[in-house]
Amino acid sequence: MDTRNFTYMFYGFAAAWAIIVVYVLMLVARERKIRQDLENVKKLVEYREGR
Amino acid sequence: MREKLLYIFGAIAALLFVRNLYYIFMVFPDEASQGAIFRIIFFHVPAAMTAMLLALVSLVASVGFLATRRLRYDSVAVSVTEVGLAFLAANLITGSIWGRVIWGIWWTWDARLTSALVCWILYAGYLMLRRAIEEPTQRATFGAVYSIFAFVDVPIVIFSIKWWRTQHPQPVFWGGGSIPGAWYATALLNLLAMLLFAAVLAAIRLRQEETQREIDSLRRHAHSM
Repeated sequence: MDTRNFTYMFYGFAAAWAIIVVYVLMLVARERKIRQDLENVKKLVEYREGR
Repeated sequence: MREKLLYIFGAIAALLFVRNLYYIFMVFPDEASQGAIFRIIFFHVPAAMTAMLLALVSLVASVGFLATRRLRYDSVAVSVTEVGLAFLAANLITGSIWGRVIWGIWWTWDARLTSALVCWILYAGYLMLRRAIEEPTQRATFGAVYSIFAFVDVPIVIFSIKWWRTQHPQPVFWGGGSIPGAWYATALLNLLAMLLFAAVLAAIRLRQEETQREIDSLRRHAHSM
């Protein structure tokens, strides 16, 4: 493979994948938060119904 | 069933990416005038196509919400818009890096680049608008109308290189462009892989949106007791 521009090609691929990986990590973080919120609100409803 | 389908899509996308990366780095020679950097086309163009297709889905979902008032369409619209933004960002960044090598500049205000950046800003604005509105139906209505108007930029992005003289090259994969058959096939397979991957991400985001709606509903129910 011609080494001309190889470094920038690597940066380009790395940047494309990095953006997608960052978005996937954002989805994972949001999933965790949503599960926690769902647990909390279900407990709140059970508590209010029990009163 | 839906979970199984998502796993299958994800597995096919992963296999396609591995196959394509092998061909891109191990099989194809360097391009005659641009060298190794030309390989970026296999991500740059499919990322753009994926983003534009997701914008189209967002448009259809937005029209669907306005026609039926069903909030599920709104959930679809926001899910695909968010995923599309990620792919459009990847397209802009890879394009900038490619431009730095070939043109000697990171950016230029030509029709294609400017309209693509405007597209990204418009859809980022859509997400910001949604965060500013609390009431779900009002949020969905404003979002749907905004999304329909934002889509006006999408054909401008696509056809800008045909309508105007631009720094950005003329089409390679359509409209009279030329590329070797094996390269074209790999680009198409990479597009398929990206579309499948985008479908998985959008489905996950859609499920999160639906769950958030359920949480909001339960919260209102709890506070009304």
